[in-house]
Amino acid sequence: MNKDLRRERDSASFNPELLTHILDGGAERTRRRREIEALVLNDPDFQHEDLNFLSRSQRYEEAIRKSALMVVKLREYGIADPDEIYWFKSCIHRGRPEPLDLHLGMFLPTLLTQATLEQQDRFFMPAWNLEIIGTYAQTEMGHGTHLRGLETTATYDPTTQEFILNSPTVTSIKWWPGGLGKTSNHAIVLAQLYTQGQCKGLHAFIVPIRQLGTHEPLPGITVGDIGPKFGYDEMDNGYLKMDNFRIPRENMLMKYAKVEPDGTYVKPVSDKLTYGTMVFIRSLIVGDSARSLSRACTIAIRYSSVRHQSELKPGDPEPQILDYQTQQYKLFPLLATAYAFHFVGAYMKKTYHRITGDINQGDLSQLPELHALTAGLKAFTSWTANAGIEECRMACGGHGYSRCSGLPDIYVTFTPSCTYEGENTVMMLQTARFLIKSYTQVSSGQLVSGMVSYLNDLSGQHIQPQQVAARPTTVHINDPASLVEAYKLRASRLVEAAAKNLKAELNRRKSQEDAWNRTSVDLVRASEAHCHYVVVKLFTTQLSEINDAAVHAVMNNLCLLYALYGISKHTGDFLQAGILTDAQVTQVYQRVKELLTAIRPNAVALVDAFDFHDNHLGSVLGRYDGNIYENMFEWAKKSPLNKTEVHESFHKHLKPMQAKL
Amino acid sequence: MAQWNRSGYFRSSGSRDVNPDLDGERQTASFSVERLTAILDGGADNTRTRRAVEAVIHSDPGFSRENQYFQSQNERYETAVRKSVYLKEKMHQMGWTEDGPEIKYCYRALGGDLAFNVHRVFKNSILALGTDEQIAKWIPLADKYHIIGTYAQTELGHGTFLRGLETTAIFDISTQEFTLNTPKISAMKWWPGDLGRSATHAVVFAQLYIKGKCYGLHAFILQIRSLHDHSPAPGVIVGDIGPKMNFEHIDNGYLMLQNINIPRENMLSRFSQVLPDGTYMKQGSDKINYLTMIITRVQILWTEVIPMLLKACTIAIRYSVVRRQSKLNPGDPEAKILDYQTQQQKLLPLLATAYAFHFMNAYVNEFYNKGYTEIKQENFDSLPELHALTSGLKAIITEYCTAGAEVCLRACGGHGYSALSGLPFLYTKLAASCTYEGENTVLFLQTARFLVKCLAAVHSGQPIPPSAAYLYSVDSGKCQAWTKMDFLRPDIYGEAYRHRATRLLGNAATKLQALVQSGAEQHEAWNQCTVQLVQAAKAHCHYIVVKNFIDTVEKLRNEAEIQKIVKHLCDLFALHGIFSNTGEFLHAGYISGDQMDMVTASYLDLLAIIRNDAVPLVDAFDFTDESLNSALGSYDGHVYQRLYEWAQKSPTNQQVSQAYASYLKPLFQNALSKL
Repeated sequence: MNKDLRRERDSASFNPELLTHILDGGAERTRRRREIEALVLNDPDFQHEDLNFLSRSQRYEEAIRKSALMVVKLREYGIADPDEIYWFKSCIHRGRPEPLDLHLGMFLPTLLTQATLEQQDRFFMPAWNLEIIGTYAQTEMGHGTHLRGLETTATYDPTTQEFILNSPTVTSIKWWPGGLGKTSNHAIVLAQLYTQGQCKGLHAFIVPIRQLGTHEPLPGITVGDIGPKFGYDEMDNGYLKMDNFRIPRENMLMKYAKVEPDGTYVKPVSDKLTYGTMVFIRSLIVGDSARSLSRACTIAIRYSSVRHQSELKPGDPEPQILDYQTQQYKLFPLLATAYAFHFVGAYMKKTYHRITGDINQGDLSQLPELHALTAGLKAFTSWTANAGIEECRMACGGHGYSRCSGLPDIYVTFTPSCTYEGENTVMMLQTARFLIKSYTQVSSGQLVSGMVSYLNDLSGQHIQPQQVAARPTTVHINDPASLVEAYKLRASRLVEAAAKNLKAELNRRKSQEDAWNRTSVDLVRASEAHCHYVVVKLFTTQLSEINDAAVHAVMNNLCLLYALYGISKHTGDFLQAGILTDAQVTQVYQRVKELLTAIRPNAVALVDAFDFHDNHLGSVLGRYDGNIYENMFEWAKKSPLNKTEVHESFHKHLKPMQAKL
Repeated sequence: MAQWNRSGYFRSSGSRDVNPDLDGERQTASFSVERLTAILDGGADNTRTRRAVEAVIHSDPGFSRENQYFQSQNERYETAVRKSVYLKEKMHQMGWTEDGPEIKYCYRALGGDLAFNVHRVFKNSILALGTDEQIAKWIPLADKYHIIGTYAQTELGHGTFLRGLETTAIFDISTQEFTLNTPKISAMKWWPGDLGRSATHAVVFAQLYIKGKCYGLHAFILQIRSLHDHSPAPGVIVGDIGPKMNFEHIDNGYLMLQNINIPRENMLSRFSQVLPDGTYMKQGSDKINYLTMIITRVQILWTEVIPMLLKACTIAIRYSVVRRQSKLNPGDPEAKILDYQTQQQKLLPLLATAYAFHFMNAYVNEFYNKGYTEIKQENFDSLPELHALTSGLKAIITEYCTAGAEVCLRACGGHGYSALSGLPFLYTKLAASCTYEGENTVLFLQTARFLVKCLAAVHSGQPIPPSAAYLYSVDSGKCQAWTKMDFLRPDIYGEAYRHRATRLLGNAATKLQALVQSGAEQHEAWNQCTVQLVQAAKAHCHYIVVKNFIDTVEKLRNEAEIQKIVKHLCDLFALHGIFSNTGEFLHAGYISGDQMDMVTASYLDLLAIIRNDAVPLVDAFDFTDESLNSALGSYDGHVYQRLYEWAQKSPTNQQVSQAYASYLKPLFQNALSKL
């Protein structure tokens, strides 16, 4: 092991293994996770060439090969628990997407939740056995976020009892669904249902798209891959165009809404149920934000302990770059953020399971709030992680730009989560809508509960404009609980400000929508402040559940750093609202720098605790043993450009040119 | 809503059948786009020349970029070599010379995807550091491409800190040769462009040793590949460093040297030489070369970095008036996404930033020319300032441009993530700029060091250089704005930026001094203040850019329409900067809470105003479709058709994949038999 890394590990003040247990949710789960990962790591079937050297087609092929094996082996090993499946899968695919993601994650679950028993009989077992591979085709070229705008049509023909599917415009072509381009033979297609001359809105249909046996597109179906992307090389995101393509009436998913043989439409009972799935997917994205940022931090922090550059003191040996304050300032707040997001992800998952229990008992009352609030958290965490990963890459200087660092790959794989499953700005505005609604309730004298209950403090004060600002400043900058209060005040101030601006716009103009649009910058700010408060609160709550004193001490510092760094980046909000004084802000800046120094000795141990196997990190710079330079050289030698000693373009282009000139 | 009856839109510069949503935006421009283009080009003559060059390049299928996003690393490298060779022929045929005005327009038209960029650096370093004999020997060979050169400075273990480079060149008096070695793995040259596969020669930087004594870094010319069969020279291990985030058309390489002997004449000896008896001699001042180096470095900003932000803005803004999503008012058609305030907030400040940076070119050139004249007269006074200024500007410009292109990418939603949007290409290319040619944090700290010295000069009443002269002016202490309209006054916001820069620098310097006085060692005190110092340097650069934007608006006084819109952009740039850094302006009470609300109000008003001219403002950049190479950003706005037709040309749709036959089909059977 590299001597710098060894020294870093030896001098840690806590046992990282205990922290790993906390992140995994218990020592037993850590053990089981490692056991499952070992199944993959020790399996020669899952070994392959470095993906950085493969073309896109080759990467797709490799992914399909592994996915196919994965399904077989999962069943062979009897792994069925969702978390365990996740560990197995992400170890095989090393955190990358794979072509069966939508089949396993959307197609099968949608059949379970929205298909009738008869439909499940017909489709579920073949899909489970992979005779049918399906995808979920919702997004179109012209519409993503605004679902009502989707243009694909499914027109019911009672004479033949069939639906006729059409892509009437270029913009209506299904575009982006994963696994659609090359892999799937079926798709659940979302289309506007027309029956008896009326549009009944969006419904889901099971549509066969490729011939079983030959895998050729069916007549009336045009399907293909949408071409190269920023990342997602393994995924065949596809397009689908349908021309008068007929499917039997029984292929509409009819557990809730129905079309009778004569064309009569039967409405669904409730449309809130889909909220549950969305909350679940958002909790996954929050978890993914935490993991992706953790991987990036692991790489950058290990590299920064191995890399020596320049001099701090003339005459001394070159210091580790992690000893520079500016480097600590780039990386440690991100490290703290990664931990914070882990706890947010865990909280959301727990809440989802709790609420699912309620839903099964028919209680949907908490769903709208949860749905609204998780939208913002999805946006908040993915934006932050997205920027943080790039910050880590740039903190590794030039070498971060090489794909051997693994950082470009983490970034391009993660960044679409800012736009998929709900574009982030739209998500923030959904949360804002709920915040404004709650604020309005409070203003009219009602109390609100849950994460927005702080708005109750505004009750009765809304007539006096500067009420919040006039609070005495009693923030203690070394007390996490007091910082939670500060964030709470900031959130209420910004919600209040947005609500007032909205009202002012309404007074000036007629239309609700216009006023909303003209306030949306304020509204997004309010949502962000709310989410920031939630994250600080959840991190602080987590502290009380840590028993080991050494771990508690280091996590307390991280929590403080997270909260204080956030304040230092948004001092304007805290100053303007009178939550902090100029002097306190200066103290916050100073305290942030002290915390950097305090965290420095534990930095490597803190990323070790994330417990990413080298295989999963996929980074020469982030290797556990720190032997980076020799391994960069070994890696580079395998580059496709080095396949031959003299590159063919020498003979094709250089030599003839030299002859001519 | 795009209808089916269109096809064949891929190559479109000739076609002017424009999407009505985009066309409508152009009908209402408040100024002459053509006039603004001429101003941006530095005169209508330049615009004419540029367009003529672009027409030649684009009409030649040999320069097509249609397949660029589909190519592997190998293919991109080969294409770049092929195009570079072809461009030489083309230029010869057209009578364009290497130092003529056309070459930069060729580069622009081709989107920079050419090889042999470092070959030019190789030549420049010989011209700068070589003796007349050395120049006479090497330059004609290089001009004719009989040799291809690279510039090998950066090593695996050292980039920013040049003194730490580990390659050695040991002089042997008995043979009159230097022996070059890579003593350890971290000393391997790593990253030089054109090194991996193309170069035959390299200018190598190594620590010079004579009789056991180290004389520091010097430059040596050595041959690394055979001129017959291109195989590596004996003792040379050379290759490509592997795939990167982008720049895959360049063969960045590694180079390991094992006892390579080169004649004494191969040390570049204009400023220092080794005599046959081993005597080391220094002669003259290399400061003029240092100056040239600085300027070459920063010119990348205007030829490469800033244009990419301009392109990203063009793509994102055009797409945002073609893309319609959701409704602003019930019953209306779906709204253009640029009509959403949140979308305006993402893109329009970037548009203002693009203009702000573009206009910095004249400012920097003026500084350079003045410095050049002075240095020619052996007056080196302006060198520290020029160094500080260009360091800070490089850092702030690359940081903003990179972040900006990424915002553009995400502002285009899912389609921005497609390689065919062109945005991933622009972003990943820009992303390298924050660390190449000086890592940004290190550069900001160099600016800060200069500023701290300036501040000390202020305190002791010494004269200070013009770019920091503002540190002398007296502060009014409070912002003088009374209404939101006051924040549209350049004197008001200019003063706010000045105040912030002065305050942050003052705080950092005070802290530094306090630490030193309390007994901390100088270097430790400096390290403890670096976060603050970077903040101060950024505020300084930000002020310089705002100030120059204000001056530029002033100079447009004979162009009423254009001055008006550029003034809006200047206001937006300035107010967005305040809005995004409220704390730095509120702290210490220069701007009050009420005033900050006015800033926000004015800022949001400006978004709505500039919204109306957003498309004409990006049209004025006048990028050809081929240069943009984007399905989303083309001039005619036929976004969806182009996306659909282009995607079908993807290799994944053209080539037979074994995935189904090899893996899927057997799996089905396998699974069926098992389950």
